[in-house]
Amino acid sequence: MSKQANKSFDNKKLVGELFTLTYGALVTQLIKDFEKDEDVNKQLEKMGYNIGVRLVEDFMSHSNTGKCQDLRETAEILSKVAFKMYLNITPTVAKWSPANDEFSLILDNNPLVEFVELPDEHREINYSNILCGAIKGALEMLQMEVLTWFPKDSLKGDDVTELRVKFVRRLTDALPAGED
Amino acid sequence: MTIYSVYVVNKAGGLIFQYDHSRPSQENEKTFSYPLELKLEPQSDGVSVVFGQRDGIKIGHVVLSVNGKQAHGKKLEDGADIMQVISEEENYPISIKFGRPVLTSNQKIMMASMFHSLYAISVQLSPEHKSSGIHKLEVDTFSLQCYQTQTGVKFIVISDPRQIGVDLLLHKLYAIYSDFALKNPFYSLEMPIRAKLFDVNVKSSVEQIEKTGTVV
Repeated sequence: MSKQANKSFDNKKLVGELFTLTYGALVTQLIKDFEKDEDVNKQLEKMGYNIGVRLVEDFMSHSNTGKCQDLRETAEILSKVAFKMYLNITPTVAKWSPANDEFSLILDNNPLVEFVELPDEHREINYSNILCGAIKGALEMLQMEVLTWFPKDSLKGDDVTELRVKFVRRLTDALPAGED
Repeated sequence: MTIYSVYVVNKAGGLIFQYDHSRPSQENEKTFSYPLELKLEPQSDGVSVVFGQRDGIKIGHVVLSVNGKQAHGKKLEDGADIMQVISEEENYPISIKFGRPVLTSNQKIMMASMFHSLYAISVQLSPEHKSSGIHKLEVDTFSLQCYQTQTGVKFIVISDPRQIGVDLLLHKLYAIYSDFALKNPFYSLEMPIRAKLFDVNVKSSVEQIEKTGTVV
């Protein structure tokens, strides 16, 4: 009986590791293809953007959240529902700017970087840049233009990985009827 | 209790998916002898009845087939012109099937974009601020229910007015869209959905709702 339980637990872990391995293979291939670190970062962000625009519909159809009234609500839902649903982690929301238009997500255990160490020749790579792109793409589909970047990255020697999100403006050109 | 059709409209008002589950059959096939008592006239969508309504064949019905051969517009599938076949006495007794004309895909696209505009107008007309758009349009023969997602995609289901569980179906359609259309990397956003898996799943959900009133 306990052997069965062990087996199922290991299975989930193995799937998670497969995800980490796959992402790692992706980044190394991009490095081989593009050579320059900033090109790799740009590609990762583009890929994340494409994932984000599609993932947002899946998120909305499975989570029953209504429209967020302000950025604080968006931050809460991002960290407690979205990250939990897709990566099974709950980053902490912190460091709000005085105008309440910027916030940080502190990621303590990022599944993407589980066994990763950045080599010296690729110091500038934002390894988890796909997350930046995904958040940007998803929020853009919900009519919010945001900027996302990593002010701190644990792979580069900082103590935590911090993803900063800055609200730029509301996109009003493609508003669905009923939202203003 | 039937679901007649499903439409999916993108952000810009363009129809990206359409599925007709059932059509109430209003077809009549009858054998006629010369001369034909109905007055027929060729029109844009086929040869239609303009005078002489009888036996369930009404004005506006078009010729669907002659002697078992399907009609395509004003011609039969073997190329013969329908008006000519009907006017020649040697072809009688002739069996002709009449029915309501089916909406062409262009007409459906036009209807979908018109609905999209009406949806936007309904928001403007609202006396209260921040109203939603049209949820339900009811007519004595059908009811049209619409669900707009936060991203602007509309799911529209046309069903029997007494059908229950349509809102569940709308949410299920959203989930199917997010799975089989969006997770398919070869599908481009806002374009017509051409995925077999999507069609299959929509069909099975519609059938489930019709039979049981809930979806799994």
